[in-house]
Amino acid sequence: MNVMSSLAIIFGVLAGALVVAALNIWLERRLLALWQDRYGPNRVGPFGLFQVLADMIKILTKEDWIPPFADRPVFVITPGIIVVTVLSAYAIIPFTSSIEVAGLDIGVLFFLAMSSLGVYSIALAGWSSDNKYALIGGLRAVAQMLGYEVYMGLSVMGVCMMAGSFHLREIVEAQKNIWFCLPQCLGFVIFFIAGIAEARRLPFDLPEAESELVAGFHTEYSAMKFGMFFLGEYLGITLISAMIVTLFFGGWLGPYLPPLMWFVVKTFFFIGFFILIRASLPRPRYDQLMAWGWKWMLPLALVNVLVTGGILLAGS
Amino acid sequence: MWTHLRSIWLVFLHAFRKRETVLYPEVMPTIPPRWRGRIILSRDPGGAERCVACYLCAVACPVSCIALESAEDEHGRRYPASFRINFSRCIFCGFCEEACPTYAIQLTSDFEMGEYARQNLIYEKEDLLISGPGKYPDYNHYKVAGVAIGSKGKGEGEDEVPPVDVKSLLP
Repeated sequence: MNVMSSLAIIFGVLAGALVVAALNIWLERRLLALWQDRYGPNRVGPFGLFQVLADMIKILTKEDWIPPFADRPVFVITPGIIVVTVLSAYAIIPFTSSIEVAGLDIGVLFFLAMSSLGVYSIALAGWSSDNKYALIGGLRAVAQMLGYEVYMGLSVMGVCMMAGSFHLREIVEAQKNIWFCLPQCLGFVIFFIAGIAEARRLPFDLPEAESELVAGFHTEYSAMKFGMFFLGEYLGITLISAMIVTLFFGGWLGPYLPPLMWFVVKTFFFIGFFILIRASLPRPRYDQLMAWGWKWMLPLALVNVLVTGGILLAGS
Repeated sequence: MWTHLRSIWLVFLHAFRKRETVLYPEVMPTIPPRWRGRIILSRDPGGAERCVACYLCAVACPVSCIALESAEDEHGRRYPASFRINFSRCIFCGFCEEACPTYAIQLTSDFEMGEYARQNLIYEKEDLLISGPGKYPDYNHYKVAGVAIGSKGKGEGEDEVPPVDVKSLLP
């Protein structure tokens, strides 16, 4: 692959990820409205699509206020961390058999590493704000991330064992006969739940629970710095959806339609499901969240690894 | 766990429900007749102003958005020389309508009063006064009131008995 085509892929993926993240804002508002018997934004442009543009102009022209009591350098740098970590995780996603930025042999590990690094952004945002609500939000994010990160990694192990590789393209190609969502059904459910917690979406959005913590870790952030957290969240949803598709739903594989089309359709299906879950489930209590993670999901993930490994060993 | 799945499914079914939103500029919402909207000053069936400039509305107004000046005509009949409502302050509580002894000030079902400049929300008497009687088509304050005024003497009003001659002993 020559330099020009790699550059084209890199910027294409970057632009695509950012456009989809912006589109997600519109999609989320329209879908939430649909499920709440409303219309949502439908005035600006066709179907209200330019609402995103209007929102962006607004958030970019807002006063960028840094509180005098904040730890200034950390406060400024944290919103960037989450966007950078999430965007770099896009590097390992194989959109089709030829379109991927970096075909790393440790693709799955890279994804797990980057999504874990993202929590620094939230923890530091809570710390540097010097605000008790922000700090509690940051602490919650760290505890939640620690708990859910563990079994997120474990739930993927079954897939890696069946594919015999950490390379995401090889994982997709191993699903030629059967998508891993069937033999790895439990692994898929666990990964999905961990993914919601990873993206800090409802019902696992305790780090920014409005009803108790004002806005959690980004209470003191405004203007584009808040916009960066927002962007990071929507990039995260897209990333988790794309990972679910890659690991469990055969990536670009599918009949009739072109491969990239299949990938996009499957990813948007899961983005829609994320939004549906937000529309329907209430937020749990914090101790319930932790108990659910450590007492149920972790043992289930371990059992999944054990059983998958046992069956694979017996079969070989 | 089962209830969570069930609620997700039930919420999904809402995708096929009718949407509640009224798309306002294209579809007008149904406004109830007792809606408290733009304030008007009405006239009696004869076409004369009902307002007697008693200041009760201005006193009742909790945000002091009504200002008026009273005057008297040649029959001794009071009327407002000027009447001004500042709609940028008005909270549309309807207390002025309740306070009004002559049904002159009334709230209508019109709510489309958006303006780009605040000055345009200050309505003078000529903006407030309408040509008809509003919600009470047959009511004429001066035909039922007990005071002698202009063409109507004391005791000549509707449902009004003539005044008792206190100089006579006979009932």
